[in-house]
Amino acid sequence: MDRFVWTSGLLEINETLVIQQRGVRIYDGEEKIKFDAGTLLLSTHRLIWRDQKNHECCMAVPLAQVVFIEEQAAGIGKSAKIVVHLHPAPANKEPGPFQSSRNSYIKLSFKEHGQIEFYRRLSEEMTQRRWETMPAPQSFQASRGPQPGRIRAVGIVGIERKLEEKRKETDKNISEAFEDLSKLMVKAKDMVELSKSIANKIKDKQGDITEDETIRFKSYLLSMGIANPVTRETCGSGTQYHMQLAKQLAGILQAPLEERGGIMSLTEVYCLVNRARGMELLSPEDLVNACKMLEALKLPLRLRVFDSGVMVIELQSHKEEEMVASALETVSEKGSLTSEEFAKLVGMSVLLAKERLLLAEKMGHLCRDDSVEGLRFYPNLFMTQS
Amino acid sequence: MHRRGVGAGAIAKKKLAEAKYKERGTVLAEDQLAQMSKQLDMFKTHLEEFASKHKQEIRKNPEFRVQFQDMCATIGVDPLASGKGFWSEMLGVGDFYYELGVQIIEVCLALKHRNGGLITLEELHQQVLKGRGKFAQDVSQDDLIRAIKKLKALGTGFGIIPVGGTYLIQSVPAELNMDHTVVLQLAEKSGYVTVSDIKASLNWETERARQVLEHLLKEGLAWLDLQAPGEAHYWLPALFTDLYSQEITAEEAREALP
Repeated sequence: MDRFVWTSGLLEINETLVIQQRGVRIYDGEEKIKFDAGTLLLSTHRLIWRDQKNHECCMAVPLAQVVFIEEQAAGIGKSAKIVVHLHPAPANKEPGPFQSSRNSYIKLSFKEHGQIEFYRRLSEEMTQRRWETMPAPQSFQASRGPQPGRIRAVGIVGIERKLEEKRKETDKNISEAFEDLSKLMVKAKDMVELSKSIANKIKDKQGDITEDETIRFKSYLLSMGIANPVTRETCGSGTQYHMQLAKQLAGILQAPLEERGGIMSLTEVYCLVNRARGMELLSPEDLVNACKMLEALKLPLRLRVFDSGVMVIELQSHKEEEMVASALETVSEKGSLTSEEFAKLVGMSVLLAKERLLLAEKMGHLCRDDSVEGLRFYPNLFMTQS
Repeated sequence: MHRRGVGAGAIAKKKLAEAKYKERGTVLAEDQLAQMSKQLDMFKTHLEEFASKHKQEIRKNPEFRVQFQDMCATIGVDPLASGKGFWSEMLGVGDFYYELGVQIIEVCLALKHRNGGLITLEELHQQVLKGRGKFAQDVSQDDLIRAIKKLKALGTGFGIIPVGGTYLIQSVPAELNMDHTVVLQLAEKSGYVTVSDIKASLNWETERARQVLEHLLKEGLAWLDLQAPGEAHYWLPALFTDLYSQEITAEEAREALP
């Protein structure tokens, strides 16, 4: 911890910010010290840490001082960490938080996550070593002693060996995983080929294939995640699963729809349903495919797609066209309204409010005034006052 | 003299042969479906074995996830197509990405009034991580991109716009064509853009530049600064790095949850 120097935190000319992360704690070796909540910044030249509560408290260590870095995975109650091993501080080092330290390494604990990206970027910077080619104040560079990184303290050799072993083992695990993955993919590819050949047969027969066979085939495709070679959809509507799902949705969504005036966007439905499930979540495509079947199954909800591409679920009893009449009243009362204003008045989401106003416009009841100040709707006097 | 292949008899024979061929075709399809069913069961076993050894790896290692996804794409398989798929059920990849989708939607909704529905991948990443809490699995930017690609199926207008080495994520159905995208890319360096900037860098006429900027204003993606030195500045709140550190307020969170 004695390698850090106080700094203003401002970047020098030629020094660029690479990534930053909040919620980082610093350890001196294994010891917790008082710097427990800060923003960690990585530049092309330095690692900078600034206290979240007291911005004046800001320190940095040049990247040139780093010997190597390693990751420490998160555990129960423990955040993921990066361990940074450092060269000894040079004699002419400027003042910092600690005059001396027993440890030749520090740990950075990512209490608000972000360790993965930060480690990736830090590794990149350590490989590219841009501080060597981009001139910056001498203090950033002057830290390596006689030779760049050639002279190592004894303790570091032991650490390096341990790291090398760990790397080999990790590599072995990773390569075994990749090998197994490749073998698996070969088998998956066989399934894809088989499904293509069956699809061709089905196409050739042009309607001679039974309903049952089609359903079976689609469910096989669904399990494998293979796009239906005939329709190009990834297992479009028609599988048992989606039919069951549609019925479930009709049950789950009845009350929420009634609470929201009979209409909800598909995004809202996706969030609502998945939050309620907790696990075994629906994919967006599962939801869409199930909703496509609602009308065919004569369920009390239906899927509707507006011209803009926005997709909603409506209660069958909900007549958007009738809602337009009341929208017209509301707009007339106020003279004119934007989507945001209308949404607030009526208690709808802005997205759906806009769709209703657009529909009213399409039906000829409203006119638009499109300017840089936004889109505003007026009652269509051309229609009513001619 | 009898000529072959002509006459009612020949036609009837041909029809019979066709019918038999079709029947055989039926049998062939049935055979293949049965074969597929068997192979599917075998594949499921292999996948179970793979999962028992490497499920953790997928959960913990974002690079492995990327490899996995890329390989699937190469052979024509979408492991995220359905929560009911083998991949999702056995490897748990589905829940990981679908839940991430929910979190992305919520963050975008909460911040929409600030940035008009446009947000950098970095800021989205920061906010999602904050929302996930201490004990949740870490996610990479690649994970976010994959989750967003899936969300497009919901017809929400989710879009991914490359700018200066990163991405802007669009979460409202605003129409952004090539011209708009190019101007966004230009604005990325400093957070704002002027008509002169556009004319100088892109060689457009004034009118074209103005139209694009007006559209961005209308959609709420840009703010007009008439007090800037020189000419009007068009700022893009999506690109304000200061906003990264700001918390989502309780009011914004309420806005996000329907």
